[in-house]
Amino acid sequence: MAAGAKIDPMHQFVIQPIAGSFEGGNPFVFTNSALWTLIVLGAITLFMLGGMRRELAPQPNFGGRWQVMVEGLIGFVDDMVGASIGPEGKKYLPWVFTSFVFLLFANLMGNMPFGLYGPAHPFTVTSQFTFTGIMSLISFAIVLGVGFWKHGLHFFSLFVPPGVHWIGKVLLFPIELISFLVRPFSLGLRPFIAMFAGHILVDIFGNFIVQGLNAGGGGIGVSILAFLFVAFINILELLVAAIQAYVFAILTALYINDAVNLH
Amino acid sequence: MDLASAKVIGAGLAAIGVGAASIGVGYVFGSFLQSSLRNPAAADSQQGRLFIGFAAAELLGLMAFAVAMIILYAI
Repeated sequence: MAAGAKIDPMHQFVIQPIAGSFEGGNPFVFTNSALWTLIVLGAITLFMLGGMRRELAPQPNFGGRWQVMVEGLIGFVDDMVGASIGPEGKKYLPWVFTSFVFLLFANLMGNMPFGLYGPAHPFTVTSQFTFTGIMSLISFAIVLGVGFWKHGLHFFSLFVPPGVHWIGKVLLFPIELISFLVRPFSLGLRPFIAMFAGHILVDIFGNFIVQGLNAGGGGIGVSILAFLFVAFINILELLVAAIQAYVFAILTALYINDAVNLH
Repeated sequence: MDLASAKVIGAGLAAIGVGAASIGVGYVFGSFLQSSLRNPAAADSQQGRLFIGFAAAELLGLMAFAVAMIILYAI
């Protein structure tokens, strides 16, 4: 490691207070995480409201490009929910759409590169497991609630595959149960780790650029390589941000499908 | 061997799992491409399943990453 320079890739995930302080165990602190959650919320609200302005326009007027964007997004999630759950899926569209859009916006806005001034530095709210974990717990609560509401104790037949000999059922029941109970954990872990790992990677290679320039000589070549790599990783991060939001939404829809139509 | 060096070696060993998961992700997308070139008409309807397979393969690599992070920072 270069003299004096120390790579600290974890610093970007520290939740810092903006107003108030954590002293004395005070839980009511306005942090950079809260600020960026509000910014993401504001961006989503602006985007959706901007597309809904001309909803009641006369027939020849289909609205502008913005409305087409919003309608395309809703139609995309609606198609996915319809294909996964079936005609009953409309009831669960609000949560699937909310989680998809929130994860998409939070992931993409966390990737924004401007970090000129302390509080203006983007904080990726989805890089904290508390956030994605709570979202996956909501999905899991919907699955459990719908399952027990619709099927009662018959819901437990989800863990017993049909058409299997009773010895097979006895063996498969604990396996199915464990794989069901792991779901909320794995559902929340996936978007969290994807954002976390990507940001660490960008941070480390960004440090290589500076250290190579400081070293001079052959270090300049390393800097150029690291710069190209950072640019490439950033493009990949945009793709991963969209894929993780999509995967969260489609897995939520599939889990709800399990609860709605047992097998 | 002291704890600090054992930690670093353990985290490095855990990183092997990420490489193994990359084989899985490559296999998922590779087989999808192969079969969608044979029957392009059916490819679009299977995109959801493609991403489910991708998510399952990727999760195991992320688990390895989580283990490495736990070894490095939480022990």
